Amino acid sequence: MTEQNASKTMLERLTREFQVSDIKQRKPGLTTISVAKDMAETLIRELRDREGYTHLNFMTAIDYIERGYFTIVYMLHNYDTRSTLSVHVNIDRVNASMTSIHTLWAQAWTYQRELRELWGIDFPGSPRIEEDFCLEGWDEIPPMRREFDTVEYCERTFESRDGRETVDPREHMHEVIFPQRGGDN
Amino acid sequence: MPQPPTHSASLDMSQPEPLDLSSGKYVKLWQGPQHPGITGNMSLELTLCGDEIVECKTHVGYLHRGFEKFMERRTYIQNFTVVCRIAVPEPTFNEYLYSQAIEELAGIEVPEHAVWLRALNLEMMRLASFLMWTGGISGAFGLYTVPNWTLTYRDYLLDLFEELTGARIYHMYIVPGGVRNPLPDGWKEKTLEILKGTEKLLREVDRVMLNNTVFKTRTRGLGLITPDMVDPYGIVGPNARATGLARDLRKDEPYLIYDQLDFDVVTGSVSDAYERTVLRQQEMYQCIDLIRQMLERMPTSGPFQAADMPNVLHWKIPPGETYVKAECTRGEYGYYVVTDGSEYVRRVHVRGPSYTHAIAVMERLAVGTNIADIAGLMVSLHTYPPEIER
Repeated sequence: MTEQNASKTMLERLTREFQVSDIKQRKPGLTTISVAKDMAETLIRELRDREGYTHLNFMTAIDYIERGYFTIVYMLHNYDTRSTLSVHVNIDRVNASMTSIHTLWAQAWTYQRELRELWGIDFPGSPRIEEDFCLEGWDEIPPMRREFDTVEYCERTFESRDGRETVDPREHMHEVIFPQRGGDN
Repeated sequence: MPQPPTHSASLDMSQPEPLDLSSGKYVKLWQGPQHPGITGNMSLELTLCGDEIVECKTHVGYLHRGFEKFMERRTYIQNFTVVCRIAVPEPTFNEYLYSQAIEELAGIEVPEHAVWLRALNLEMMRLASFLMWTGGISGAFGLYTVPNWTLTYRDYLLDLFEELTGARIYHMYIVPGGVRNPLPDGWKEKTLEILKGTEKLLREVDRVMLNNTVFKTRTRGLGLITPDMVDPYGIVGPNARATGLARDLRKDEPYLIYDQLDFDVVTGSVSDAYERTVLRQQEMYQCIDLIRQMLERMPTSGPFQAADMPNVLHWKIPPGETYVKAECTRGEYGYYVVTDGSEYVRRVHVRGPSYTHAIAVMERLAVGTNIADIAGLMVSLHTYPPEIER
């Protein structure tokens, strides 16, 4: 069986057993799929243990504020077939919560800690999920959410300091450096 | 042949039990964020029993500048002044990966001349970064002569970058559609001369550092990574190759022109601090060889920018997503980019190898290590905090 056929067979099986949807081949070696929240952890475990997707490249989230959900992205890689599978899971923005995969990969809890701090997505049971990651003592809305306005936050939080006086180079040459020569000649 | 790693049920991935800090047996000590052995502003919260580390927690956040958020509010071309700042010692990888991702999504074809120039830049960046790292590992074990040598030669490479790109660190040379300019006259000859000197320097480093009894004694067995840790912990690059696994993106999933170059993946047998140092030393010889091959075989003329570039000031990219990756000195470096058809990127996620090496792996390997070796252990994993925080 060629690798392409094997991949097709695998995706057909996943569609049948896990109701995987929205299958798109983005480029050779990169496919994206979507799965429901309650099936996600089982599917990812299956991909790791039976389909050879043993490498978790990363976990991240995309905020689709206009549609009212976050998409959590699990990027998984199979070293044997050299194929990457991007598993998308949509979860509600309100009380955002997702099943933890810290028992599947030892670095997963770090990503989950980051997602909790920067997007406000909870992963109940994930180790040290309450600890600060990048930010310390943060009490605003999670900053990676689309509605968080960095400029507004900075203007409200930090004092404005006078910067250096802005000098137009042409005028400066004319008035200060070469006053007797009439400017930049 | 080493067996491929599996997700072994016997590998303990659980978090340690909390220690009874009121027992009077332990001392808390902070390593960093400013310390000569720290590879950037990062801090380790160590719990010691005597001089042995019994618990380690990594703290990041000292360099968090919100690059990924920042990029969502900037146009595609504006982001070029941002991406290179994510990893100071290897900015070129950020330039390349971001360019590659948006070229894929926008359907832009890069001319062959530019593809070779990009690969040349990346390999020179790897060499410069490895030279900086060699200074770090030798300094961490008290050999202060080697950093002076290797940083000098890194500076010679930065001179070449300056002549080629106009900048020493943040080159902004690889741009969407190609590169900014071809090689200047006489640059190839200067580069070959500097490579000759670098090769000579590496032989000196072999003698002074790798054959040094004190260095060997202190690094052998330090921070041992076993093959069964590789996949569960997401270990990549030299840290994984030192266990015996021949995994290198340049070979496994060749990008740019790496499939046209003649090289083998360098592997080790036991991934401790010594073996990782030896492996990186061999990879530096490999970098020199690859740069010579490229200079010998690359086209010397032809377009170096795509002809059909849009007006980048009003550039909208169709909806899509992609993940691109390249083999930097620390392993898989990747950019995940999502576009929504607007003038702004919807989401960028930067995947740096340090994310796992400096946190999950570091916290595990530090336990049982002597306090005197913690800086060496950290450097041996080759971690860059900025790529964790982005």
